[in-house]
Amino acid sequence: MNWTQPEITWGPLVPILVVLLAAAAGILVEAFVRTPATRRVVQIGLALAALVVALGAAVVQWATQEGSGTVVLNLMLVVDRQSLAWQVMLAVFGILTVLLFAARTRAGEEDFTALGSTPPGSLDETRALRAGLQVTEVFPLALFAVGGMMLFTAVTDYVFLFVVLELFSLPLYILVALARRRRSLSHEAALKYFLLGAFSSAIYIFGAALIYGATGQTSFTAVQTAIENLAGHDPLIIAAAVLILVGLLFKLGAVPFHTWVPDVYQGAPTSVTAFMAAATKAAAVAALLRVVYSSLYPLEWELNWLFWTISIITMILATLIALVQTDMKRMLAYSSVAHAGFILVAFAGFSPAALSSLPFYMLAYGLATFGAFAVVTQVRERTADGVVGGEANRLGQWAGLGKRAPWLATAMTLFLLSFAGIPLTAGFVGKFVVFRAAIDEGAWPLVLVAVLASGAAAFFYVRIIVLMFFTDVPEDQADLIEIEYSPFTRAVVVFAAVFTVVLGVFPGPALAAAEDAGVLLSSLTATVGS
Amino acid sequence: MFPQLSLMVVLPLIGAGVVFALPQSLRKRAREIALFFSAAELVLAVNLWMHFDSNDAGAIQFAETHQWIPQIGTSWALGVNGIGLSLVLLSAILVPVAILSAWRDDKSPKRRANYLALVLASQAFMIGVFAARDVFLFYVLFEAMLIPIYFMIGSFGGAQRRYASMKFLIYSLVGGLIMLLGVIALYAAGPGGEQGFLTDKLTGLDLSTNTERLLFLAFFIAFAIKAPMFPVHTWLPTVAESARPSTTALLVAVLDKVGTFGMLTLCLVLFPNASRWAAPVIIVFAVISVIYGAILAIGQDNMLRLVSFTSISHFGIMVLGIFAFAQTSVEGAALYMFNHGISTAALFFAVAFLIQRRGSASLRDFGGLQKRAPVLAGTFLIIGLSSLSLPGLSPFISEIMVFIGAFPVVPVAVIFAASAVVLSALYILLMYKKVFTGPQAPELDNMRDLSLRDRVVTWPLIAIMLVLGFLPGILLGVLTQPVHDIVTIVAAEEVGK
Repeated sequence: MNWTQPEITWGPLVPILVVLLAAAAGILVEAFVRTPATRRVVQIGLALAALVVALGAAVVQWATQEGSGTVVLNLMLVVDRQSLAWQVMLAVFGILTVLLFAARTRAGEEDFTALGSTPPGSLDETRALRAGLQVTEVFPLALFAVGGMMLFTAVTDYVFLFVVLELFSLPLYILVALARRRRSLSHEAALKYFLLGAFSSAIYIFGAALIYGATGQTSFTAVQTAIENLAGHDPLIIAAAVLILVGLLFKLGAVPFHTWVPDVYQGAPTSVTAFMAAATKAAAVAALLRVVYSSLYPLEWELNWLFWTISIITMILATLIALVQTDMKRMLAYSSVAHAGFILVAFAGFSPAALSSLPFYMLAYGLATFGAFAVVTQVRERTADGVVGGEANRLGQWAGLGKRAPWLATAMTLFLLSFAGIPLTAGFVGKFVVFRAAIDEGAWPLVLVAVLASGAAAFFYVRIIVLMFFTDVPEDQADLIEIEYSPFTRAVVVFAAVFTVVLGVFPGPALAAAEDAGVLLSSLTATVGS
Repeated sequence: MFPQLSLMVVLPLIGAGVVFALPQSLRKRAREIALFFSAAELVLAVNLWMHFDSNDAGAIQFAETHQWIPQIGTSWALGVNGIGLSLVLLSAILVPVAILSAWRDDKSPKRRANYLALVLASQAFMIGVFAARDVFLFYVLFEAMLIPIYFMIGSFGGAQRRYASMKFLIYSLVGGLIMLLGVIALYAAGPGGEQGFLTDKLTGLDLSTNTERLLFLAFFIAFAIKAPMFPVHTWLPTVAESARPSTTALLVAVLDKVGTFGMLTLCLVLFPNASRWAAPVIIVFAVISVIYGAILAIGQDNMLRLVSFTSISHFGIMVLGIFAFAQTSVEGAALYMFNHGISTAALFFAVAFLIQRRGSASLRDFGGLQKRAPVLAGTFLIIGLSSLSLPGLSPFISEIMVFIGAFPVVPVAVIFAASAVVLSALYILLMYKKVFTGPQAPELDNMRDLSLRDRVVTWPLIAIMLVLGFLPGILLGVLTQPVHDIVTIVAAEEVGK
């Protein structure tokens, strides 16, 4: 067998490479910069700089790109406008994540533990911190995850996709386990995420193997050609396609593959939760789009029912369960599951409009998610003697927030309204374009379910607004809540709030960009099988 | 051309922002500032009316179209014909009056400023909805309107405010979301393109029978909830009881008109065949609303609930008029939208005077006020008589037009609905009797009569009712033509099919 060295066009990979190289450099910083305070500053600076450069590079590439994109590696990797749109979004999400990771409370407390075995606030912890055990590797880990996700949106090969899936999943498993408070929950979450993640990866790779068995190909384009050339039905292909989709739907958190979502979202440090809810989901959607529209497209007839069914049960079940949640993070987790259902609505009938509507939807949803979780980190418990504790996540503790912190509560209201899809917020425009994509394919019964689910979902979003604004603080609890202040977190809240409104009122430019991104480039430059 | 309607949408929004963000030192003046903005809005509305060409009232005037979101196919397109003009005028008249009536409702200046900011924000959306010429824009403003109203009920209402605001929001939202489905599907059925949501472009589409009927239902359900019609009316009494009278007055007098306005200018125009198809059932529900609302009003003890039930009855008459498709009845309904707005708002304000003075909305807590507060009694009586359609006051003309116009079309329905006039005499006069006649309760000894501000709130409204009662032509002049155009569309399709 002849082996020829593959030709790689490196230029378009600059944004991804910058992020991944910075992540590697971050590991070296861990090793060589010994003073914790300096190390922290260096890590934050490095991470932000890398992401800003990546963002800039991606934007420049978008602006200067001619035609629909570049095939970086034959059959394996393309950077087209679709991928660039996601990369820009992920870079922005990455910046927001780093800001949230960097945030500290007034007392200097971080979201992450210094040493897993030390209880929060204990003498041991203080000692561990003094010994310089402060966890700063979260920044390189975040960079690895972001870089992996950016790459994930450009991959066009089933096996390569698996490798990249692991690239961004592994750092997340670690990040989930690092919560400073409620450590058992955090550990449980990490273990659960890891086990179920490994399981879904296995299902995915099994599907990829079956695809190879059925078609002799692993590249998206080549598989599509093979499916098109198939005479009659091949049950093997259907089985393979379903397994692959299950693997991706797991990352998306659609019912019935959602069981990890509430536990992991609740147990992980809130900043990590925000990152997973926004960025992982965006990456999963990007990959799902590419798999469906550039590889499994000829199977529309066979797979359409799968999207319909999963979409409907996801929307209904997640909405119903969210109605009875009493924990803020779990409520937002189920809301994110419900959003996975709305996302799948766009796939109904394999409408090509999904390619341009979902990037906007995920941007709108991601911004509101970052904003909402950022607000969650700012509402803290306080003991009777004035010591500020962990986040006040019970819904009841949010009563009267509108009086305590009017601006924070107003911002939270805005994010909740965006989740609910109320006009003049970005979430409404997102829902609108997704629903329109489905209606174009005549899937109005699905959209009817979706609008009814939105109506029911509004109930639990609005319940929070009722708590914050229309409920008075119970007398005995007036002093038990502290509003934290971290400039980093506040910056994230302001950014998310401003863009939620801007994208709600003037979504034109963003929609136009999303429309430009609505075409997938085939990764095929040479003939297959030579 | 000067974008006068855009200015009318933006001005209250600016006012809301200013009032909301007032520095502490100026917060005491929030009421004056809010009143100034709403007065400026009224001046603009009157100016609009003066420059409106009544000879061409059926045509859209003051039209402006700006690009907004071409990717979605929507534009910022405003413009009014006679019907839109009358309702823009109505909201411009009632907002300053509502601000005046709520003058002393809040003790804390911050809360007061917040409330007034919400009132102004809701006004911006109201004006926008009545002037929208783009279905998407209409929908967006229709839904966005919920937010200020929701906070007006939930933050500033009475004991049940949380429940009431939630009920209001869920009802409206479900209706709105179903309408969203229709909005999207309508665009898909239309010509599409960057301005594909303009109402003009969506009029006269060649829809298949089933599509048209489904679209009609999607829109109609939202409007029926808003209007509120039996059996989706139940949110209104709850809200009326729990919200502030000034909130409820705006809600019932202006906002709910979006429901009948939508039926008239969207349902009938966009889906004429489906409108005719659905008319028999809708008329049955309208008649049920008329009678049911009136009967329940008689049994109420809470005055706010009572007035809200009378409105359900009156909205039934409007819907009856609209779906009879006769020139006179539809014209009557369009006129009634304005007249009912003035009359009901006045009634809510009058009830608010009683509640402010007594601290209770229950009829049982009143009695014999006639001697103690004769001016209040007289004012209340005139407003009440307008609500029961006494000749000489404006609601009478509109109601009689609906009945006369609809009688040849649906005689049985009109006979039933007309019985409501008798019932309305009953509930209004009984309320008057319980509050103002009989032995006076000792708690009412310190009852003040109407203050100057109270008179400024109600008497201009009474004057409008008297003027329009004797000279309805002032308004009918701008309503006849647009109604004629709508009736023609509905009738023409009938011949065509």
